[in-house]
Amino acid sequence: MSSTHVEQSGTIAAPDVKAGLEKVFTRSPLLGTDTHSLCPGCGEPNAVRVLMENIEEMGERENTVCVLGIGCYTAFAALMDLDTQQAMHGRAPAQATGIKRVLPDRLVFTLQGDGDMITEGIQEVIHAAARGEKITAICLNNAAFGETGGHMTATSVIGQRTKSTLEGRDPARHGYPIRLPEMLTGFEGVAYLARGSVHTPVAVKKTKKLFRAALETQKRGLGFSLVEVLTMCPTGWFVTPAEGPKFQEERLVPVFRVGEIKRPKELEV
Amino acid sequence: MSHPDRESIGSGATLGPARAFLEGGHALAEAAIRAGCRFYCGYPMTPSTEVLEYMAKRMPEVGGVCINVEAEIEGINMVWGAAGAGVRAMIASTTNGMSLMQESLAEMVLGRIPAVVVNMGRAQGDYNQCTRSGGHGSHRMIVLAPGSAQEAVETAYRAFHLAEKWRHPVLIYGDFMLSHTSETVTFAPPPDTVEPLPEKTWATTGARGRKPRLLTSLGMRIEGEPAGGGGIGPGEHRTDTTAPMREAVKRHLEIARAETRVETAMLDDAELVVTAFGILGRFAKYAARLAREEGMRVGYVRPYTLVPFPYATFAEIGARGIPVAVFENNAGQMVQDVRLGVEGRAKVDFIGGISMDGSGFGVGPNVDALHILEKIREVYPQRRAA
Amino acid sequence: MAKAVGTVHIDAERCKGCELCIPVCPPRVLEMSVEVNAIGFRYPILHDGCTGCELCAEICPDYCFEVFREVKAAPRPSNPASEVHA
Repeated sequence: MSSTHVEQSGTIAAPDVKAGLEKVFTRSPLLGTDTHSLCPGCGEPNAVRVLMENIEEMGERENTVCVLGIGCYTAFAALMDLDTQQAMHGRAPAQATGIKRVLPDRLVFTLQGDGDMITEGIQEVIHAAARGEKITAICLNNAAFGETGGHMTATSVIGQRTKSTLEGRDPARHGYPIRLPEMLTGFEGVAYLARGSVHTPVAVKKTKKLFRAALETQKRGLGFSLVEVLTMCPTGWFVTPAEGPKFQEERLVPVFRVGEIKRPKELEV
Repeated sequence: MSHPDRESIGSGATLGPARAFLEGGHALAEAAIRAGCRFYCGYPMTPSTEVLEYMAKRMPEVGGVCINVEAEIEGINMVWGAAGAGVRAMIASTTNGMSLMQESLAEMVLGRIPAVVVNMGRAQGDYNQCTRSGGHGSHRMIVLAPGSAQEAVETAYRAFHLAEKWRHPVLIYGDFMLSHTSETVTFAPPPDTVEPLPEKTWATTGARGRKPRLLTSLGMRIEGEPAGGGGIGPGEHRTDTTAPMREAVKRHLEIARAETRVETAMLDDAELVVTAFGILGRFAKYAARLAREEGMRVGYVRPYTLVPFPYATFAEIGARGIPVAVFENNAGQMVQDVRLGVEGRAKVDFIGGISMDGSGFGVGPNVDALHILEKIREVYPQRRAA
Repeated sequence: MAKAVGTVHIDAERCKGCELCIPVCPPRVLEMSVEVNAIGFRYPILHDGCTGCELCAEICPDYCFEVFREVKAAPRPSNPASEVHA
């Protein structure tokens, strides 16, 4: 095993990068340079990264306005190199509607959590979908209110222990989780629905494609698009960061099916 | 109203007569359009419904957007988005609907979103709600209370102007009678609204050839953005939630110095001052004139800006020791501001009261000059014996 | 077929020690350090054998990795008769 050393800048590198090696991966400049304050092992930054990669690759940085809800991911408002509006909890789809209606040629997306979109703001997203607003609504679903410390949301799964369901979510007392993209399938104004996940590298790459399809749907004016992404929340799930992907795979993925749910025929396969 | 870096919606010409005979709600809506409003949300609710109906027809004619929203909460947030994108945006609602919007109204003060909000209220019972911050916190919207359809027209122009001059949301507080009374109006921007406005360097339109902009009420700052002086470096805390609160309070004081407006009449020799706001002011003023004809020296004050409230006018009245009779269609709300204004140096009588018809929408028997005259007689100070 | 040759630059100061990268590395050439960085977390150290597959970079929530991989040779033309000699 070769030894490594810590460079003065804090970067660890192999002793030299050999001639003939090209850089194949670096984080998108749209993510900004500063670190974010989200927990170790949080899945949200993975989703945000591939979203930014899409916007960069589509050349849409200067054409994009995004609306962020209230949650841990709100921190990205100060980091992303995009025009951003902050919305109140649950309200981002309405706010994004206002922006898109007055700036119809801009790429407008919302970034919200399951607490924000599916719990507090379900009316806003349902009506934006019903009206067929040509925005892209993105939900980072970690089945918990992460920012307040791990409380039940509309997507917490049966048996999931949270600070407001200490013995586990019990249908008799707490009802059942909501599968939002499936709910919107029949809406004529809805063009693209999908659910991704970021618990494995392959899942992250697939999520990037789902985002791309949703954004393309908007670019072509085909209607409302929504992507829900399952993200790890070890803090809210009371597991270690390393256990996050396993919890996600065993507890969330069986409840929230990953894949495309509705796709407009105009998008090339 | 052109915007430098967007494809313009609402570039359709604003045609229309210079004068028209319109009910107050329609007049206000048309004036908003003439003032460049191109995004409107509404939810049908008596007595603001007619503003939505007018906009639903008129907005498409000028290439603007009118959305009949599914809830007032959605509407105010759509207006937030549109105004934040640099377009003049407005919503009209009523009383209970205003209650639903409170969170966003308060946060729009903090986020400095220059939208215009209209409350065509039921009676005048929303005075407290309108003037005590419109939501949580210590900060307030600018609140204008027109007293006629013509003044509503001027107020529409003025509301957008003040909103953008101060980058602060503005609330127009009318009522059933204002909304539904038809009068002849002339459409022209009032002289105080022709000064040039600052460029919208905060609008989120897509970061074309520039650094990104962040519109937030939470006191979050992006790298390089100064907050109260210096910028921030990597790793420094990016959020000071209290900064927008302090800035809003400071701004409110500056607005109070510059924008307080009040109508006064017959004050020089007044021995009693009658005060009212909104269209009810006309009844109170008429009653004051009738009282004069009976030999009573009655003066008249009608606050036009409810925020900033004309405390100085009442402070002068208080200093002169002149009693004040407050007439309003509620259980006593503006009277509290009058008491604050006179600072305990003059007697303040409440001669108003809740007066609506049985439906809870319209006005009742108190809204009548002869009724007010009777109340004036009751509280007019007895002359000292010679 | 020979394995690709690659390497990664790891920004140890960004790392929050979540260890998600360790099990996703197919040749298992990442190992958590003993020392901690300035914010108190252990960070991954790279051993020989990296193929530049990018899986660590895909899963890392703190964007610590830059990935390098050998440049592929130019592909052979399908019709030898049209082959252009350099």
